[in-house]
Amino acid sequence: MRLTGAQVVWEMLAREGVDVVFGLPGGAMLDTYHCLREYDIHHVLVRHEQGAAHAADGYARASGRVGVAIATSGPGATNLVTGIATAMLDSSPIVCITGQVGTSLIGTDAFQEADMTGITLPITKHNYLVTDVDELASIMHEAFYVARSGRPGPVLIDLPKDVQQAKTSCVEPLAEMRLPGYQPAEDVDVELLQRAADLLNSAERPVILAGHGILMSGTAQVLKQLAEKTGAVVAWTLLGKGAFPNSHPLSVGLMGMHGEAFANQAIQEADLLLALGMRFDDRATGTLESYAPKARKIHIDADAAELNKIVTTDVAILGDLSNVLDKLLDTVEPNGHSQWLSLVDSWRKQSRTRDILSKPHNGRLVGPFVIDSLRKETQGDAIVVADVGQHQMWAALYYGQDRPDPLITSGGLGTMGFALPAAIGVQMALPDREVWAVAGDGGFQMTIQELATLVQEDLPVKIALMNNSYLGMVRQWQEMFYEKRYEATYLANPDFIRLVEAYGISARRVADPKDAAAAIAEARRHGGPAFIEFEVAGEGEDGNVYPIVPPGAALHEMVTRPEPCVELAGTREGNR
Amino acid sequence: MSRTLIVLVEDKPGVLARVAGLLRRRAFNIESLTVGRTQEAGISRMTIVVDSDRTEAQKVAQNLLKLVNVIEVEDVTESPLVARNLALVKVQINGGSRAEVMQIVGIFRARVVDVGLDTLMIEATGTEEKVEGLLQLLQAFGIVEMVRGGRVAMVRGAEPQ
Repeated sequence: MRLTGAQVVWEMLAREGVDVVFGLPGGAMLDTYHCLREYDIHHVLVRHEQGAAHAADGYARASGRVGVAIATSGPGATNLVTGIATAMLDSSPIVCITGQVGTSLIGTDAFQEADMTGITLPITKHNYLVTDVDELASIMHEAFYVARSGRPGPVLIDLPKDVQQAKTSCVEPLAEMRLPGYQPAEDVDVELLQRAADLLNSAERPVILAGHGILMSGTAQVLKQLAEKTGAVVAWTLLGKGAFPNSHPLSVGLMGMHGEAFANQAIQEADLLLALGMRFDDRATGTLESYAPKARKIHIDADAAELNKIVTTDVAILGDLSNVLDKLLDTVEPNGHSQWLSLVDSWRKQSRTRDILSKPHNGRLVGPFVIDSLRKETQGDAIVVADVGQHQMWAALYYGQDRPDPLITSGGLGTMGFALPAAIGVQMALPDREVWAVAGDGGFQMTIQELATLVQEDLPVKIALMNNSYLGMVRQWQEMFYEKRYEATYLANPDFIRLVEAYGISARRVADPKDAAAAIAEARRHGGPAFIEFEVAGEGEDGNVYPIVPPGAALHEMVTRPEPCVELAGTREGNR
Repeated sequence: MSRTLIVLVEDKPGVLARVAGLLRRRAFNIESLTVGRTQEAGISRMTIVVDSDRTEAQKVAQNLLKLVNVIEVEDVTESPLVARNLALVKVQINGGSRAEVMQIVGIFRARVVDVGLDTLMIEATGTEEKVEGLLQLLQAFGIVEMVRGGRVAMVRGAEPQ
């Protein structure tokens, strides 16, 4: 059997089990698109290639499978770059296939030529320029393997036009991959595991730091057992949200810059940190000089380069958590730590007094209330896809959930505009789940054109826009750290209702807190996509995210809401 | 301080750019980098000398290993090592200085590889110190042109890398 390169692309995608791809065609990709209808693969036509990369990323995070984005050469391919970097920083497995000018034109500054393997070198796990159609099938097979194995990440395949047109009899990958330098699986060092268990057994104030790796390795259940057996409290990173049930008494919630005050206090007072599948990002640690000064540190991660990269550890274990965590569970001794838990609980109660949701309503709609209403209406069962900024932190802090769903958001790169296209990918991956994209008015307008994709695909994604007419997080920093000089952060916005309706999406505006629940309920009842604009407070205490660890400060130096909202006795209880 | 890394890589297009790009991104100053074939087809060997301390070199080694085309990385700085440098030097001479230059070449066990009317080309191999020493002496006569290769290194003994 002889096939063209274009056909090999689809053959291999089908062989990898791909049933949906996200893309936008163009001159250098026409040959590949020409064969699309010969295969049982659904193509989602985005309106900008950045959307394709984010959608593939969202698809990957929601399904655990590799997401696929396709773009043409030159500007089509460079438009993917932000999405590729986003996937790289958050270890999301995507394969991007880009058209390239014909091999004889490469390097001549031909029309729509861009050096994609060069441009994406530092933002891909690996990339390929295919120059021989006979190698295409094997390269595609390798690309999927590299993307999903070990610490996952994006892989780019740059495919010249003449390679797509050329015929080959190599229509299947080689029986054995030739990757002599790539060995993601390593045996776990049992001795190190015993040392980790010894430290854990002798600890009196243990804290587990749960990262993205827990969710990616599917070990949330083992983590729960480990926490319960050892009596350690569990804090999670932004991408580790969902790794541990929120209402569990051992849960202390989000850590870091906008983490719960009591989570950060627990970390700073801990005598042992057990970091699982996380990478001590600067947003999670605050200044390193005074990070968890009393704690011995154990770090378990699938990426050797992360061990001792930021924080020097006492025990560093290389391995996939799915392979390590149950062994550790078997090795540790049961423990209660009731003193430690009651200390943490007293901090928890203290924190709650400054929680804006404990405050009597003053008629103003605030971000945390919107997320809390969403949580109540959906009972924490929706998949939340958050954009980047204040609303993202509120989504992390207030969308409490007990099932191991990820918060799908750009954690590492902090890419505004991520939520809407990513939500499209999430809904494609999980057609039966309720998907809410939560975005701010700034980020929403960065990829707003994907509303058309949403309509064309008739996906029931719900969108909660938090409009404060500002680039809110930047404005908050200006308010707190830059003398309240709101330079270039005020946004003169369009009428979002009319704009969204013009795309053919049902839209509603909420300005009064009393209307929030009903609007959410109505959007949920609606069969197709639906949009709610929440006009939220834009300034001052009601418009800021608390707590906040100021830049350069330690975790315990976080700034909490200036005034307590209630007396200690009257704190709100509930599943946050 | 200088650290010497031996890096085995797949012999494929773009691998040098991947390795150099990673060192650039982590802000490592490359003092020298040599690359060439090995006894095994399809595998190239790099000797990279970077200005770094031990911990930082370990981090860069871990990051190099993450490159799919990199097969093996070893920091050999503290191993018993044979490390060599190559230099080709063209020196200005006149009737009087020729003999003197050739005498110096002899002392350093370097070789004259080309003789012109008023220049000599000298090939020197050895440790950096030896090559540096020779170059310093030759400077007095006037160096017309010079090229140096980077360090190549191999660990002593029977154990292969």
